Amino acid sequence: MTAPSVNAPLIEAKELVRTYEVRQGMFGKVTPVRAVDGINLTVMPGETLGVVGESGSGKSTLGRMLLGIDPSQEGETFFEGKPMPKLGTPEWRALRAKMQLVYQDPLAALDRRLTIAEQIGEPLAIHKLVPKEHRAARVAELMVAVGLRPDQADRYPHELSGGQRQRVVIARALASRPKLLVCDEPVSALDVSIQAQVVNMLRDLQEKNRIAMVFISHDLKVVRNMADRVAVMYLGRIVEEASSDVIFSAPLHPYTKALVSSVPVPGKPLKGRMILQGEPPNPANRPSGCAFHPRCPLATDICRTSVPQLRQVGDGRTAACHLVAGADQPVAA
Amino acid sequence: MLRFASIRLLRAIITILAVVTFAFVVLRMSGDPAQVMLGPDVPQESVDAFRKAWGLDQPLWIQYLAYIKSIFSGDFGVSMRDKASAMQLVIDRIPATLQLTIPALFLKVVIGIPAGVYAALHRQSAVDRGVILAAIFGFTIPSFVMGLLLVLIFSITLGLLPSGGQDTWQHGILPTLTMSIGGIGILARFSRSAMIEVMGQPYIRTASAKGMAWQDVVWRHALPNAAVPIVTIVGFMVGSLIAGAVVVESIFSWPGIGRLLVVSVTNRDLAVVQCILLIIAATMVVSNLIVDLLYGWLDPRLRAQNAH
Repeated sequence: MTAPSVNAPLIEAKELVRTYEVRQGMFGKVTPVRAVDGINLTVMPGETLGVVGESGSGKSTLGRMLLGIDPSQEGETFFEGKPMPKLGTPEWRALRAKMQLVYQDPLAALDRRLTIAEQIGEPLAIHKLVPKEHRAARVAELMVAVGLRPDQADRYPHELSGGQRQRVVIARALASRPKLLVCDEPVSALDVSIQAQVVNMLRDLQEKNRIAMVFISHDLKVVRNMADRVAVMYLGRIVEEASSDVIFSAPLHPYTKALVSSVPVPGKPLKGRMILQGEPPNPANRPSGCAFHPRCPLATDICRTSVPQLRQVGDGRTAACHLVAGADQPVAA
Repeated sequence: MLRFASIRLLRAIITILAVVTFAFVVLRMSGDPAQVMLGPDVPQESVDAFRKAWGLDQPLWIQYLAYIKSIFSGDFGVSMRDKASAMQLVIDRIPATLQLTIPALFLKVVIGIPAGVYAALHRQSAVDRGVILAAIFGFTIPSFVMGLLLVLIFSITLGLLPSGGQDTWQHGILPTLTMSIGGIGILARFSRSAMIEVMGQPYIRTASAKGMAWQDVVWRHALPNAAVPIVTIVGFMVGSLIAGAVVVESIFSWPGIGRLLVVSVTNRDLAVVQCILLIIAATMVVSNLIVDLLYGWLDPRLRAQNAH
C-alpha cells in the first residue's frame, strides 16, 4: 500500500474516554466501566489502521466513537482538522457522507423490507448526492464495483448469500464516496473462503478510492493482510502500536506477543508458543497497575502497582509496558 | 399464488365447519330447548310435540346432517321463539354492534399505537413509564369491572352520560370506552416492545450513521419493520369486531349481536346461536386471511414463501 502523501491526519482522536454504567449486585450498585480509557490515535488519508484485541477490549466502542456515533465523555475527535460536531446536529449528519461504517452481521445491517438497490441508493438520497434520474445508474455502478450483478438490484437481503450481503453493505458504505471507512469485524461472520474474497475486494476498493480505513478485528491474519499500522487494545487502552510488519515480526508488549504467537502457522509446531492464561478481566473490576499483569508471565512488582504509560519505543512505534527495553523509566513507581 | 389461495380457502372452510359442528353438539348436550322454551310445568305431550316439530326427537347425527345440508343450501333455520329467520335476526343486530366496535377499534389504533411508539422512542422517560403503567392498568382490568367503574363515575357520580340503552349517540360513549381501554393498553404494550426491538437493530444504527434524519429513520425503517407484530394484533381485533361486544353489550343493554347471543343461549334458541357462531367464526377467519396477505406486503421474506 502506498504511503500517504498528505501529512495532515484525516482523523485524530485525543484522550477519548467512554464510560458505561453497569449495575451490579442485588441492590444495583452503579459501577462505572471505562470501555475506552484515554485513547489517542491518528489515521492518515488512505491509510489502514488495524485495531485488534479480545472481546470486551473496547475496540467496537472505539470504532463508533471515531465516527461520532457514540459520544465521548472526555477527549475530542478531529476530522480533517475540525472538531467532531455534536451528535445529531445537521453538521454531524452532513459529515456522515464522509465517514461510513461496515458492521459484522450484514443481514442485521440491512432492512429486510427494502430491495438492495433501494438500500445502496439510500445514502445518495439522504445527502442528495446524485440527482434522482441518475441514481439507478450510480447504484448499478456501485454494485459492479463490489462484485454484484446489476440484475440483482431488485433482490431482497434474504435472497442473497452472506458474502453477497456484505458486498451490499460495502456498496452502501461506499455510495457517498467516504474518506473514512470503519469496518467492525467485517468478515468474521462469513465463511473463510468468502472472507478472502471480501477482504481482497475491500483492499482493491480502498486503494482505488484512497479511503482511509479503521479495520477492527480479533482475527490477526485478516488484520495483517489489511492494515498498514496496528493498534493492540487491552481493556480499553492501547498497549502497543506499530506498523503492521513490525508488530507481527517483532512484537514488544507481552500481550501482543501472546496474540501474535496464537496465530497458527501451517507446518510450525505448537511448541514454544506463548499461550495466554485465563480470560480478560472484568472491565468493571480493573486490576491495579498494568491491567494485563494477572495474565502476564513476566509481571513484576512494579506491574502490580503502577500503570505503564504508552511511550515511544523506537521509530514510529509505541508500547505501554514497564519491561519493554528502550522504554523510558516510569516517572513515579 | 392460486394454489396458496385455494389452500387457504379450504382451510378457512374447514375451520368454520369445525366451529359449527362443535357448537351444534355442545348446544344439544347442554340443555333441552323444549324444557327451557316451554317451562317446567308443561305436560309431557307438549314437550314431545315440540321436539317432534323441531326434529329434536331424531338421533343427533341425523339432525346434524340435516343442519349441514340446509346450511349449504343457504337456510340457517328459524328462531324457536317466533319462527323468524335466524340469519335475519342476526343481521338486524349487526349494525348496532358495529356502532360500538368500529369506533372502539378506531380508538385502540389511534391511541394505542402512537402511545406505544412514542414511549419506545422516549424510553425510560416519564412518559414511557406513564404509558406502561396506564397500559397495564387498561388491559388487566376486565371489561365488566371497567364498565361498572365508568358507569359509577360518569353516570352515577357525575351524571354526565347515560348508563344503558341505545337512544342517542351519547349512549354509545361509555360502552365504546369500556371496549377500547383494554385494547389501547394491549396495542400500546405491543407497539412499544416491537419498536424497542426494531430500534435496537443494527440497520437502524446504520441508517442514522449514514446521516439519515431521525424522523426518516423512524418512518422509513423502524415503523414498517415494527408493523408486522402490530398488524397481527390489530388483525385479531378486527376479527372480534362482531364477537367482542358480548360482555359490554350486556352491561349497557345495547341491542347488538352480543346481547342476542346471551339471550339466545339462555333460551336454547339453537338456530340463532349457531347462526351467530357461524358469523363470528367467518369474520375471524376472514380477518386472519387478510393479516396473512398483509404480512406478505410487509415482509418480503414471507412473500417468497407464499409464492411456492
